[in-house]
Amino acid sequence: MSKQRHGTPIIIASFAIALLLTMLPLPEWAQDFRPEWVALVLIYWCMALPTRVSIGWGWVVGLMLDVTLGTLLGLNALALALVAFLTIKLYQRIRVYPLTQQAFAILVLIAMTQLFNLWIHGITGSTPQSWTYWLPSLTSALLWPWLFIIMRNTRRRFRVQ
Amino acid sequence: MLGARLVLFIIISLVLMTMDHRYHHLDTVRSTLTLVIEPLRQVINLPFSIAGNVSENLSSRTDLLNENDDLRTQNLLLKAQLQKYSALESENMRLRELLESSLKVGDKVLIAELLRINLDPFTRRIVINKGERDGLYDGQPLLDADGIIGQIIQVSTFSSTAMLITDPSHAIPVQLNSTGQRAIAVGNGRHGELELLHIANDTKLEKDELLVSSGLGGRFPAGYPVARVVSVESKAGEPYLSVIARPTAHLQRSREVLVVWPNERPQPAVETSSEEGQG
Repeated sequence: MSKQRHGTPIIIASFAIALLLTMLPLPEWAQDFRPEWVALVLIYWCMALPTRVSIGWGWVVGLMLDVTLGTLLGLNALALALVAFLTIKLYQRIRVYPLTQQAFAILVLIAMTQLFNLWIHGITGSTPQSWTYWLPSLTSALLWPWLFIIMRNTRRRFRVQ
Repeated sequence: MLGARLVLFIIISLVLMTMDHRYHHLDTVRSTLTLVIEPLRQVINLPFSIAGNVSENLSSRTDLLNENDDLRTQNLLLKAQLQKYSALESENMRLRELLESSLKVGDKVLIAELLRINLDPFTRRIVINKGERDGLYDGQPLLDADGIIGQIIQVSTFSSTAMLITDPSHAIPVQLNSTGQRAIAVGNGRHGELELLHIANDTKLEKDELLVSSGLGGRFPAGYPVARVVSVESKAGEPYLSVIARPTAHLQRSREVLVVWPNERPQPAVETSSEEGQG
């Protein structure tokens, strides 16, 4: 049934915008604060449409993120596949939390991907040394309530199901 | 079911990462996927190029006249310097002929523009708007007006990625301009800093000493400025000096870079050393 798969272009567009925001040049001082846009959007879709967006989407989007950032191919792909997996496992619980508590769950999820990235960076021999490495988790969590509302309105408006 | 798929994707990712890291087998895959990203890159860059065009079109006549004047003066100065340089060059060539060693001076260059996009913040990399279409190749050196910037590490059809000399996995063979002593300058990932490795404690080395590329390893052309020493520290009990240098090129500021074909060779020299390039 076609109604079942309504709005794939919207999902793709949202990921494209997330990639754009990741690429967007920021002033030097603001770069450390850049949220993990792609991971946030992925978590939203996994929570909203767990039957449609899941590990496969996470992996493909992660691969595009790797190409965008010039990191090792497969690094973010694996990290985002893991995020998708965890979100799918936990979405029933997270969905009923109030937004602030959701933000806390997001903090943990994003920090986990960062930890994972840190391992791989360590293995391949270029470890970031500053504690500012962890700032994106924090900014991502702080942005979550707004992102959630914007995404939900978009989803309802375009009836993505 | 979900777990099985996760395991599958984990295995694929691990294989990909290993192949990418160890063997560089995936360069074609990467450049193909880059084509998908390409429109996004252009979108990001669009406002900047439009702003550039608009400000060019709107600049006033007096500004243009002033700029023209400045450029004329600068051109005159440069030409004067060039006269001296060309005399020196021909003298140098004559002397080299006497010594029967051949060194070509003058390299083919192409001007490329930086795309204003952001890459992984823990590496020092840039993207430029020239690619395979313009004949660029892997390992090609990049310069700006004041020195060496880095080298190209991945070429795609319309754009390429370059690693700056301050990237933590980059190293460039240099020599001290005054004594000619060779050294390796590696990036340490911090902004605008290079470290010199294995400089013995008894080396005569002072602040402001200029480091030029030595051309060893065959990747970078010889004799271009790379960095200036900013601090020399000798620690008791350490066999080597700890030397920090600052690149002469404006790594963070240049909008245009020069892509160089060293000695106009169509292919880079055979890699003989592991001291440089991607570590």
